[in-house]
Amino acid sequence: MKIKTFTIDGVELSGREDQTILEVAREHGIKIPTLCHLEGLTPIGSCRICIVEIDGKRFAPSCITKVEDGMKIVTNNSEITEYRKTILEMIFAERNHICSICIANGNCELQNLSIELGMDHFEIKNQYPRCEVDLSHEKYGIDHNRCVLCARCVRVCAKIEGAHTKDISGRGHNARIITDFARGWGEAETCTGCGKCVQVCPTGALFEKGKPVGARKKRDFLNYLKIMRGQ
Amino acid sequence: MKKITIDPVTRIEGHAKISIYLDDSGEVSDARFHVTQYRGFEKLCEGRPFTEMPRLMARTCGICPVSHLIAASKACDEIMGVKVPIAGVNIRKIINYAQILQSHALSFFYLSSPDLLLGMDAPIEERNIVGVLNRKKDFIENGIFLRKFGQMLIEKLGRKRIHPDYIVPGGVESPVEESIKDEINENARLCIDKALYTIDTFRSVLPAFEEEIRYFSHIPTYHMALSKDGKIEYYDGDIYIIDPEGRIELKFKPEEYNNYISERVEGFSYLKSPYLKIKGYPDGIYRVGPLSRLNIAESCGAEVADRELSIYREVAGRISNAAFLNHYARLVEIIFCAEKIIELLNDDATFVTHTKANAGVNFEEGVGVSEAPRGTLIHHYKVDRNGIVQWANLIIATGHNNLAMNKGILQAAKRFVKGDDIKEGFLNRIEAVIRCYDPCLSCSTHAVGKMPMMVEIVNNKGERLKEVRR
Ligand code: SF4
Ligand code: SF4
Ligand code: FES
Repeated sequence: MKIKTFTIDGVELSGREDQTILEVAREHGIKIPTLCHLEGLTPIGSCRICIVEIDGKRFAPSCITKVEDGMKIVTNNSEITEYRKTILEMIFAERNHICSICIANGNCELQNLSIELGMDHFEIKNQYPRCEVDLSHEKYGIDHNRCVLCARCVRVCAKIEGAHTKDISGRGHNARIITDFARGWGEAETCTGCGKCVQVCPTGALFEKGKPVGARKKRDFLNYLKIMRGQ
Repeated sequence: MKKITIDPVTRIEGHAKISIYLDDSGEVSDARFHVTQYRGFEKLCEGRPFTEMPRLMARTCGICPVSHLIAASKACDEIMGVKVPIAGVNIRKIINYAQILQSHALSFFYLSSPDLLLGMDAPIEERNIVGVLNRKKDFIENGIFLRKFGQMLIEKLGRKRIHPDYIVPGGVESPVEESIKDEINENARLCIDKALYTIDTFRSVLPAFEEEIRYFSHIPTYHMALSKDGKIEYYDGDIYIIDPEGRIELKFKPEEYNNYISERVEGFSYLKSPYLKIKGYPDGIYRVGPLSRLNIAESCGAEVADRELSIYREVAGRISNAAFLNHYARLVEIIFCAEKIIELLNDDATFVTHTKANAGVNFEEGVGVSEAPRGTLIHHYKVDRNGIVQWANLIIATGHNNLAMNKGILQAAKRFVKGDDIKEGFLNRIEAVIRCYDPCLSCSTHAVGKMPMMVEIVNNKGERLKEVRR
């Protein structure tokens, strides 16, 4: 395994060639905001919240970009923050997020991100799409109004539980999480009812039925994802 | 026709507008109370999980979210087909008593006492709660205590002062510690003393309001309220409707409300006007709230409150149609609530740890009714097999009183307004008619003191003849 040397925010660092910028940054206590990324799940770089600037000329998602020799990486400046905010705004604008009645209120990664990035108003016009709520499963529900399409649920279901019940159908703002061949979740034969997807969902999109607002998702359990993959 | 508009009504929990229509000779010909804010809550519910209804509905009102939580949760209990464990019922009831107690204190002390104690014609700079505080400090301090007690109790039990997400379908989220008992018992007793003192003060100024009692929405209407075994009831029981003389006209189960009540939509207001089906529109006009509850119940079913009820009836008679006496009725109910809180806290069943029944969707329809501070509250939902709300209907207390408020304004206007000569005291009286009902329209603001008021007079050609602002 080769070792690469580079700088992050002006500090000289080194890392293994198979490591991503995000991994090395976190090892050294450098904070980079993320949304779709979750340790233990295969990174897919879908949300772009974790972008960093490389060599002063390009932006790349740090969760899937491997470190290289001589890279000059900047994790935070006003331009990066503006991009991150815009990305976040687009995520909000694409669905209907009404925090006050949401099950994840106060315990939501999307909400936390907007606080962290200081997103205090919207410049992008809200789409107000018509989204379904599927309550056909005995224990769990999905409210597409709150889904950010991070695909964590898809990944945990396919790679960890091995059921591959969930998938994404459609493109762009028509994309939706589906269960089996777009049946109601309750009819999905492959679903084992393990609840892993509910635990990894960063927002209130996936929830346990009958839980009050702010009900904790057991995020501290998520270490098992890493352990199970032998990381 | 000339038109006088008072906008916005001060010290009402919401934003509304009053129009007084004058005929060509300057006499009042009609009066209307416009509700210009559209809430559209019923539409918002469609497509949402039924379990979300309590917390969504609690957003209807920042003043009485608890009553919405209770009516909504009761409707959900019906959909689940469960019987709520006794501890859950008791805790829900205590929170509702606390809510009514604090809301009545808000209405009486913060919003209405300036008119009651300083007089309707007192200078506008003084006619607010600070003005009362300067003259009668201990009186206002009692009001602050009562309100604080109610809020503290809701917070202690519901974990949050406004919008407690604690009352849920099937019961309440978690049990209550017995350790809170002593402190609350003691404070509830103090509430009774303070309310008794307030009644004394109120009775001493009452003779000055003979006119108001007579002309403030003193109209013969039907009255509606929950009641059980002849007693006041905010949670269980049947819905009673009595005629203006007090004869029982109807008695039905909450889930049958649709057979007896219809709702009409008027062009001038976003608030629907419910009326009694058998009497038709507009003869089927009825009222809800403290006055109606005391009219319907034979007794309170609590010692001190019953004593005060009989003294109240010396003024009001067994049945009263004077909206002004709502103020008095609120004080009696404050005592009733405090006594009931003590009673439930001394019931061991309240502290049992099983507080919630669990179930999925077993029925596709549910009606929940509770008495809110301002009157009977009805929530009605229809869901699909999975529990997604397909249809919802709410009838809120202020809605029930809508027709009566319009009539009351007209009655007072006819008496107090002549031509386009606008005297401050007169206009305030018309506002005060509405304040008797303590309407909660958008429920977001409850300003203490002065809000700007605009009065305009418009003639039959739509030209503005005169405009007064304060
Ligand atoms: S998922 Fe829920 S809490 Fe999170 S941002 Fe969306 S609505 Fe708000
Ligand atoms: S349901 Fe949750 S975990 Fe799945 S894609 Fe949507 S936000 Fe991500
Ligand atoms: S966290 Fe890196 S792209 Fe989403």
